[in-house]
Amino acid sequence: MKLFRIRGGVDVAHRKELSSEEPIMPLPLPSRLYVPLRQHGGAPAEPVVSVGDRVLKGQLLAAPQGSVSAPVHAPTSGEILNIGRQITAHPSAIPQPTIVLESDGCEEWVDLPPPIRDPFAASAASLATRVADCGIVGLGGAAFPTAVKLDAAARGTVDTLVINGAECEPYLTCDDRIMRERAGEIIDGVRIMAHALGATRIVIAIERNKPQALDTMTRAADTVGPEILIVAIPARYPMGSERHLVLLVTGREIPARRLPADVGVSVHNVATARAVHRAVRVGEPLISRVMTVSGGAVRRPRNLEVPIGALVCELLDAAGGTTEAPARLLAGGPMMGQPLHSLVVPVVKGTSGILALAASEIRTAPEQGCIRCGTCVSVCPCGLVPMEMAALIRHEKLEQAVAVGLHDCVACGSCAYACPSHIPLVQYFHYAKGRLKQLGHEQRRRDLARRLAASRAERLERIARAKREAVAARKAAAAAKKVAEAQAHGDGPVGSAAGS
Amino acid sequence: MTAETITEPSGPYAHADWSVRQIMLRVMAALVPATVFNAWVFGWPAVFLFAVTVAAALIAEAICLWLAGRPVGASLADGSAALTAWLLAFSLPPYAPWWIGMVGAVIAIVIGKHIFGGLGQNLFNPAMVARVALLISFPVPMTLYVLPTGFGLLAAPPGFLDGLVITFGGQGIPDALSAATALSAVQTQLGLGQPATVAVASAVAPWRMAAGTMAGSLGETSALLLAAGGVYLLWARVITWHVPVALAGSMALLSGLANAIDPARFPGADFTLLTGATVLGAFFIATDPVTSPVTRGGQLVFGAGCGLLSWVIRSFAGYPEGLAFAILLMNAATPLIDRGMRPRVHGRTRHGRPLTLERLR
Ligand code: SF4
Ligand code: SF4
Repeated sequence: MKLFRIRGGVDVAHRKELSSEEPIMPLPLPSRLYVPLRQHGGAPAEPVVSVGDRVLKGQLLAAPQGSVSAPVHAPTSGEILNIGRQITAHPSAIPQPTIVLESDGCEEWVDLPPPIRDPFAASAASLATRVADCGIVGLGGAAFPTAVKLDAAARGTVDTLVINGAECEPYLTCDDRIMRERAGEIIDGVRIMAHALGATRIVIAIERNKPQALDTMTRAADTVGPEILIVAIPARYPMGSERHLVLLVTGREIPARRLPADVGVSVHNVATARAVHRAVRVGEPLISRVMTVSGGAVRRPRNLEVPIGALVCELLDAAGGTTEAPARLLAGGPMMGQPLHSLVVPVVKGTSGILALAASEIRTAPEQGCIRCGTCVSVCPCGLVPMEMAALIRHEKLEQAVAVGLHDCVACGSCAYACPSHIPLVQYFHYAKGRLKQLGHEQRRRDLARRLAASRAERLERIARAKREAVAARKAAAAAKKVAEAQAHGDGPVGSAAGS
Repeated sequence: MTAETITEPSGPYAHADWSVRQIMLRVMAALVPATVFNAWVFGWPAVFLFAVTVAAALIAEAICLWLAGRPVGASLADGSAALTAWLLAFSLPPYAPWWIGMVGAVIAIVIGKHIFGGLGQNLFNPAMVARVALLISFPVPMTLYVLPTGFGLLAAPPGFLDGLVITFGGQGIPDALSAATALSAVQTQLGLGQPATVAVASAVAPWRMAAGTMAGSLGETSALLLAAGGVYLLWARVITWHVPVALAGSMALLSGLANAIDPARFPGADFTLLTGATVLGAFFIATDPVTSPVTRGGQLVFGAGCGLLSWVIRSFAGYPEGLAFAILLMNAATPLIDRGMRPRVHGRTRHGRPLTLERLR
């Protein structure tokens, strides 16, 4: 298949050999699970259970709120200990509403919804409903509710389904392992999604550095016929970035500020496809996922099937613990992952891995001045000039940074990875985006305050006017009355005035 | 979002094995063959001048950093000052007196670099600023060239002590040694009304120009060794092909064309490329990251501009140092080029408007 040209990108040391040969193993069931209510893009789910309730594995714990949200289910059977706030592996590092579930060790399943026997005869709406009810979100990291994408696209605009098996982040091997061990389930999920979307073209993109996955997936795809295309794409970061993957395999460039669906493409991760398969064929909600535990400080890197809500320290223990104090603890890969500041935070649906990096792996060096070498420009897959944006941000010229493309930056980190002066370019961009948001909030608050003040002044003015008018009316009425009385007595007002 | 979370350090938590120091060290490594060769060709005076220039630059850099309150050791270790001095020394006449090297180094570091705010901030290439400043201020010692003396090209190359006298003695160069560079010789001849063909033929044999056994600046003569260093830099990904190819290409094109039209007046492409420090300039000076554009397109424009201007200056203004002037002029244009040659942003048109969906359907 013809691949289209992607500009930029970096050849990262992928370090996947640490865990790529480790089969997926289940994490030993933790005694307590901390299930956050907001693990997805959108509004947090609302609890439907109370403290002290006994719940069964797969039972609904919290229902979605609003149109972009996802439900949360019990990862095992047990008792609800608490519903409170807890810091999670979610990017914001702000305490999130969380349900604490004490496992009873029975793993007793709730009655699952019946399997959809022939999904290819089912309506798109019923499939989307099932996917929504099972709490499935994008497992590539963004954790956007999958049903929303199936729904939006079901309006008949999507013709191509792109399945992302690139796994371009270094260290992570969970998608690689799922493709090698569960290829049949993935292919089935992919076909179900394609049916729901009405997509006529299906492309599964896998980076060339995963030959076994390519092989297994190709064989699994061949068993169902020629409609699924497995393509080997260059092992170059960030090939798995949604916008770039779409351009690479379809030649369609998503316009700025638009979504893949706008160019007729829907992009989903391989693990998501497998979760869709489980939801449709078994009725199983998303209560666990495969995660990679790796990094130079981990004794025995693994790929684990982890119940949502397990603690990071439990994952590390299952990987033999650490051999040295990790210099950096991350949820996700080293390029776009989030730093963790504690071991006692739960993993969520969007957590693709936990990395404990040794000091020798993170290569920290003090930031030096920009030597204008242009490396960042040539590696940026978005065609931006990172050094210029950073310089503008350093001088707080945020609007100008936006004008040269700040919001077009996908925060892939290629520029900062390659910068010989070790300038934390992405940090500047995060700072600017956060600051602009804050300024936007402040602006809105100021606008609101001004509007309130204005309407208050207007109200007061209205009241005052009403009062004045009332007074005037009363006066006028009184005067009229006097005139009337005077006339009634046959006496002139002048005379009355003279008489008084 | 709170203030804490937005100033939180963020990824990536991996970094390429790549630093400013590595870049500078590789450029220096690429210069070593030409340096050794020219030390041999020009003998002790060249070695002394080189040492004085580098030492003065390091001292000036240290003082500037100290005055600016910056970490002296760490910044000296990045190697940029040493490299600037190295390139400056390469462009000096090999038997120039010691103070030429010292004054040049101070100009390069203080005026060329630190006045602008230090590494990365300067608009002009510091070595070229110093070279042009020296040329204008001290035209006589800056144009006194000598014949190469190594390889038994001359009966009596100056020994260690003679070398000391030449560099530090202040007595000038023995008449027997002085010579004109190929470029200025040709220009003198052209000035006397000789056709270019005769002038070039009488100057230097092409193989000597390529090898570098001719009169010229301290490090500029050996086109072959410098080109080898440049190829190494390309291979080591320190530079990309854009600037050197655009520079040499435009120069070859122009001189080739002019030569075809009026061979009596304009020397051919081979002569143009092999003389006047073209190879050094194309691979090592015009490619200076700080003073050249950051985009690939901009680098092509910049390189082509350097080639064009230096050919024009050499051909019509009669300055053999045309390339130094050309590079400085293009340095001044760099901010403009950078603004004009931004890459197209993903999902947007060249003018920055979002792509329209119609285009895709
Ligand atoms: S890579 Fe770093 S040093 Fe080079 S231009 Fe970009 S910001 Fe400057
Ligand atoms: S982080 Fe942004 S600016 Fe840097 S390379 Fe990625 S898209 Fe370009």
